[in-house]
Amino acid sequence: MSDSPALPVFILDDEEIPFTPGQTIIQAARAAGKYIPHLCWHPDFAAHGSCKLCTVKVDGRMGAACTVEARAGQVVENRGPELDDKRRTLLQMLFVEGNHFCPSCEKSGDCVLQATAYELGMMSPHFDHFYPDRPVDASHPDVLLDFNRCIMCELCTRASRDVDGKNVFALSGRGTASHLIVNSESGRLADTDFSVHDRAASICPVGVILKKRVGFATPIGQRRFDVRPISAQVEEDI
Amino acid sequence: MDAPKKKLRVATTSLAGCFGCHMSFLDIDERLMALLELVEFDRSPLTDIKHCGPCDLGLIEGGVCNAENVHVLREFRRNCKILVAVGACAINGGLPAQRNHLDLRDILAEVYHTSPGLAPGSAIPSDPELPLPLNKVHPIHEVVKIDYFLPGCPPSGDAIWEFLTDLLAGRTPVMGHGLLHYD
Repeated sequence: MSDSPALPVFILDDEEIPFTPGQTIIQAARAAGKYIPHLCWHPDFAAHGSCKLCTVKVDGRMGAACTVEARAGQVVENRGPELDDKRRTLLQMLFVEGNHFCPSCEKSGDCVLQATAYELGMMSPHFDHFYPDRPVDASHPDVLLDFNRCIMCELCTRASRDVDGKNVFALSGRGTASHLIVNSESGRLADTDFSVHDRAASICPVGVILKKRVGFATPIGQRRFDVRPISAQVEEDI
Repeated sequence: MDAPKKKLRVATTSLAGCFGCHMSFLDIDERLMALLELVEFDRSPLTDIKHCGPCDLGLIEGGVCNAENVHVLREFRRNCKILVAVGACAINGGLPAQRNHLDLRDILAEVYHTSPGLAPGSAIPSDPELPLPLNKVHPIHEVVKIDYFLPGCPPSGDAIWEFLTDLLAGRTPVMGHGLLHYD
């Protein structure tokens, strides 16, 4: 018999998942080593709720696993044809909205968007491409910004504001014109106090914020998601 | 005794491609011999057939970047029961689609007219024999209906083999970890 009182549990795809009251479904699932697809959620930050990849069925209703609190006795559906189909559609929307030319992207093999699309077996973009045209910002001595790959997860915004205390990034615009901007009068990264050592410099899950002069350093086959699929790396920080 | 099984007819082509997907196809190596037991080739860069005839399967590499690409792609769609977009270019335009944010006239002028090192009087080629480039590069699914997509730049020989053997056996191809990649 255990000394501590048993934690309450909910059901995730027919398995009992213990949770600490106050945890969200995705927090409890991660602690139990269960993969719920996600892009904008990060264990070190508050939920954002923009990517919708973590959508699960909670007692029959759709909800974002990053914002729905775990409750005793909940029945949660996660991986299955219906939800994964919807997730694949969300991924296809993200892929056609940006210029995701993986063959020339330094982040390929190390990219959460790409790895999630592999996990969900995305074979085609399905939709017509937007081909956005946002100029690259190469003004900073150590960091390059390619805005055409941004999925607007705001992890950089949150890291810069909450961890680095610098407020370098923000989202601007409305609807499909929404985009990432740099918070300086000129709009250039060089005119901020951004540093390559900031948390925001290494938090981007895709290929927007890139450190200069280190691209393509990892041999193909040894890159993060070459080695193991993203669903097998649940407890490692992204 | 069973009658010999009718071979499936396969056509392949490269539109705005680099022929890398065809090279990756040849990377199935000696499995090509096993494949030739099952299929025969119609129009392809590997045969001398000039136009695509009725086929079971068409494999298309490359996006659509000029008028001739559109004609060839439509000919394939008319003749092939199953049409497959092979490689990143056919699927999303690929790296050639990085020209989509540039003005076509500027590109042509820079290469054929204003670039240093050109002979005096060099101009943008205008012979009607040459297909006109399209304003933008397009994935092939924006021009005709595509039945299957096989990503990769290029897809590996193993991925192509897995895909073809699945398809020839009547199974929906499924690429597992390591076979499905976009780079």
